[in-house]
Amino acid sequence: MTTAAATQPRLNSVPPTAQDIAALERVWRDPPGFLGWLAAINHKAIGKRFIVTAFGFFVAGGLLAAAMRLQLARPDNHLIGPDLYNQLFTMHGTTMMFLFAVPVMQAMSVYLVPLMIGSRSVAFPRMNAFAYWIFLFGGVMLYVAFALNIGPDAGWFAYVPLAGPDYSPGKRMDFWAQLITFTELSGLLEAVILVTTVFKLRAPGMTLNRIPLFVWGMLVTAFMVMFALPAVMLASTALITDRLVGTHFYNPAEGGDAILWQHLFWFFGHPEVYLIFIPGLGFMSSIIPTFARRPIFGYSAMVLSLIATAFLAFGLWVHHMFATNLPELGKSFFTAASMMIAIPSAVQIFCWLATLWTGKLSFKTPLLFVLAFFFVLVLGGMTGLMLAAVPIDLQVHDTYFVVAHLHYVLIGGAVFPLFGAFYYWFPKITGRMLSERLGRWNFWLFLIGFNVTFFPMHLLGLQGMPRRVYTYGAEMGWGGLNALASLGALTIAVSMLLFILNVWRSLRHGEQAGADPWGAGTLEWSIASPPPACNFAAIPVVAGRDPLWEPDALPAHVSGLSVDSREVLMTTVVDAHPETRESFPEPTIWPMLGALATTVLFIGSIFTPWAVVWASLPVGIALTLWFWPRRRENAAHLALERTP
Amino acid sequence: MRRLLPPPVAAVLSFASAFTMAQDRPNVVPGVHDALVAAGPQSAHIGTLWNLVLAICTIVFCAVLLGLVVAIWRSGRGDATTRADVSMVARHERGPYLGVIWGVAVSVVLLLVMTVASVVTDRALARLSLVDALHIEVTAHQWWWELQYGGSPDSARFTTANELHVPVGRPVVLTLKADDVIHSFWVPSLAGKKDLIPGRTTTLHLRADQAGRYRGQCAEFCGFQHAFMAFEVIADPPEQYDAWVASQRRPAAEPADATTRRGQEVFLRSSCVLCHAIEGTTAAARKAPDLTHVGARTTLAAGTLPNGTSEMQRWIADPQRLKPGVNMPASTLSGADLGALAAYLVSLK
Amino acid sequence: MNLPSAAVIALLGLVLAGCYREKREFQPPPPGEAAAGAKATPILAGGGPALQPGSALTPDRSQLDENAFAVNQGKRLFRWYNCSGCHAGGGGNMGPPLMDKEWLYGHEPADIHASIVEGRPKGMPAFGGRIPDDQVWQLVAYVRSMSGQLRKDVAPSRSDSLSGPPPENVRDNEKPVAASAAAGH
Repeated sequence: MTTAAATQPRLNSVPPTAQDIAALERVWRDPPGFLGWLAAINHKAIGKRFIVTAFGFFVAGGLLAAAMRLQLARPDNHLIGPDLYNQLFTMHGTTMMFLFAVPVMQAMSVYLVPLMIGSRSVAFPRMNAFAYWIFLFGGVMLYVAFALNIGPDAGWFAYVPLAGPDYSPGKRMDFWAQLITFTELSGLLEAVILVTTVFKLRAPGMTLNRIPLFVWGMLVTAFMVMFALPAVMLASTALITDRLVGTHFYNPAEGGDAILWQHLFWFFGHPEVYLIFIPGLGFMSSIIPTFARRPIFGYSAMVLSLIATAFLAFGLWVHHMFATNLPELGKSFFTAASMMIAIPSAVQIFCWLATLWTGKLSFKTPLLFVLAFFFVLVLGGMTGLMLAAVPIDLQVHDTYFVVAHLHYVLIGGAVFPLFGAFYYWFPKITGRMLSERLGRWNFWLFLIGFNVTFFPMHLLGLQGMPRRVYTYGAEMGWGGLNALASLGALTIAVSMLLFILNVWRSLRHGEQAGADPWGAGTLEWSIASPPPACNFAAIPVVAGRDPLWEPDALPAHVSGLSVDSREVLMTTVVDAHPETRESFPEPTIWPMLGALATTVLFIGSIFTPWAVVWASLPVGIALTLWFWPRRRENAAHLALERTP
Repeated sequence: MRRLLPPPVAAVLSFASAFTMAQDRPNVVPGVHDALVAAGPQSAHIGTLWNLVLAICTIVFCAVLLGLVVAIWRSGRGDATTRADVSMVARHERGPYLGVIWGVAVSVVLLLVMTVASVVTDRALARLSLVDALHIEVTAHQWWWELQYGGSPDSARFTTANELHVPVGRPVVLTLKADDVIHSFWVPSLAGKKDLIPGRTTTLHLRADQAGRYRGQCAEFCGFQHAFMAFEVIADPPEQYDAWVASQRRPAAEPADATTRRGQEVFLRSSCVLCHAIEGTTAAARKAPDLTHVGARTTLAAGTLPNGTSEMQRWIADPQRLKPGVNMPASTLSGADLGALAAYLVSLK
Repeated sequence: MNLPSAAVIALLGLVLAGCYREKREFQPPPPGEAAAGAKATPILAGGGPALQPGSALTPDRSQLDENAFAVNQGKRLFRWYNCSGCHAGGGGNMGPPLMDKEWLYGHEPADIHASIVEGRPKGMPAFGGRIPDDQVWQLVAYVRSMSGQLRKDVAPSRSDSLSGPPPENVRDNEKPVAASAAAGH
């Protein structure tokens, strides 16, 4: 029943008129001012700040690593004592794994996925904002704790009993365990958002068989998140209760088990690295077609490889525990599984090589980062196969060999593609091109610095240098390689400075990008750079995998969505037939306030279990006001309803 | 006193203080500590597997790189204005298809080879003959190694710390326990590592086939002094080993002169006896390394310092300077007492 | 001041207090000339000399009550030096219980320090000179946690051993009172 004064709601036409575009801009953009910034829910606004925040944590983690490398540059160095060093490497690992690597991938997908699938928004935009704020507040909590000497110091993996109440006194490890809670919550919410977005908000005609491989990667990653994160949530909650109220989950004397922690943590921990790696594969599959001027070879094989990798990733976790006294036959199973997961990755690599071989290459900076993947990740993968063999692992486990391996696979497999993605999509996000010249300097310094830092660590591990040592004796002969590694770290730092400089300058003076500077094929390149608030004034209809390249695709768009309120087209899961029109909520500050209330609850429960009870009251209030229906919005949505 | 010293400021201050209170740690001469230098069958088996896997992985890596280089060389060139080629959407690309199939097939075969090789090596490691094995019980503490050798009657059992002696050519069964947190026993030249986990008893089998000193180090992060929790495995020819065992079974040497007598007195009336034991005296606490034959060891403080009177003195005076965070408190002994004590302990061979 | 601000400030206070709570002091302050705060009381074990020769007292370190690391070290030392031999896990056996509210010789840190260092009648040995003084202050802090005197965020939690009494950080605060018959039983 429309209200008396309601006029017929205005709907978009094809092609969208200037009036349509202006109205849509008004409707979809976030409110102005500082309060408006706090209340923002547009996925691009959230995505941008999410990316910047995650990158900020990357820089922080890098500075921590620089401090560690400074201490390790000389034997018997007195720069940093054991207590501070333990905090440094714990903070470095925790930052990189929980506050940078997974969040930045989710952040990129929050920004890019709706643009790639032809949608005006992510699903659950308010929850998206909440997930960002929770992530930010958790990270801030951790760093404030570190600044106040309450930073965690038992490793990012927090093995008990060292991380337990007896051997980690005080509240340091409680802050760590609670950070897990923050980042889990954020990650799980983002995963739900991603799956729903990909399944329900695609443009008509974009069947599952036609979605970009990056979107496949993020979809698979989101499912993995939903299965993996609960394990670490369980583990960290048990640790919190052990430390706060005296449960005995990890107390062998009372029937608990120190190995229980390892199983629960690594059941999450191994998929975690694939949560980081698979989006990197997605970036590769986005950049290579554009710079090889042809679609990826073997789309179906690529999709199946992503799915196979995700499944197999859950069957590897015991390879982190080969040095424990688990049965040897059982460990052999995990050797086989750890070797097997190389197969889908090999399929992907061969398909990419085939694409490059038969393409017409353009060596812009994004492609350079992508090519580095083949060197760095593959080397890391080789050392991974070495580590998969139990006997070899028994020698190099917990030495610098593993440090080298993990950095080769994570930086080669995720960070290099990520930087390629930054250079690739910066024009779309900001409307300006990054400097190619600075980009090349950034790239080469990073590549050379990375190898100078981490290759010697293979040798150090074989020569017996264990991990997590704040110093080492001059008599061990490890000084030279360590000094070399520290020099490489300096080079990496310089390359990062160049990247930041590049971004800074390009934001001001960069060449104007236009909608499609790279001549790419996916939907995000069909709209302006930066995109309008509504993304697509008229939703496109898709007839192929590379909609901008398919010569036979009839340009078709959807008309009839409201231009006066936030309306989104929902389509079916597999075939993307238009299904329903959904009205989406408007910006509000309650997700941010809800995140604040949740933060108080989480931090309070570090000190007393009663916080869970009392602090859930403000959380309840915030959630209630978040969902409370607004009259004006309701009226606008009702006006759009049609009788069947 | 409350001092708000955030870590960055603390780092800067310790940088500065590094030049004022820098204590040079006298260098130990380490035993062999290299995973690629095998002195026994266990590490030799691992070394063989390593060579095979390294060879395969190097070949595969080079092949992939070669593929990349050739792909870059043979591909055409284009830019953003080049029309994208979507013709393959409708046709089968035979070349790339065969390339991927063959690549995957070869990869699968090589992966199978490595998996089988790994399992075979696992079996070889598990099948070390344990005939006439020597049994040693290792208990890891923060940040030292307690070693118990058996014997019969029970009076022949003895406890030592941080330095294992084993006879060359005889298998050794190590029973591994942890007293506090998880540690890991790793002597790279002799065997792979095994974790010592509180609440569990694990075992490690090894055999030293060449006489020599082999260094080991804790390989699981265990707190402040994980970095300085080393130990030595000294493989002796059988007669030398028997002589060592015989001397270990004897109670501590009686002090021979005035200085060492005074040293023993100081030991017995100070805080030392609260944690350390010396067989043959009334000191019988088991919380810290057994000192009955400490003078005969090559290193002190779990491989941190070479053994000698001045090093012993430096260690006792202020262990926190050399190993900050270790459980041994600084001493308040006077210079003369300290010297006598150090002389006494070094005399306990 | 409204509730959210108060809550934030309270939280901030707890967090800021963490600076000292989390300090790991490896080097105690050097022994002072006059042991200010370390009491020498007239109550002596068997009337013998107050301290063993060769001892040196550090000034009052009662602030270790607020340092979780020190209290945790005290817990370890309580175990290592076999205080449980007479005091059990705090419930007392041959020695008086330490987790209740009755204090025979005073509950202040300086009093407990004196009891440990000087010994007490009916069997408490004089540990002064044996146990380094900084460790005594750590034990003092731990002993006070046994009756719930310490802040909940400083007191240790459960230990990795067979369960005994409840973890120190969930014990009720037993407000100390002087023992009724201080002069002999």
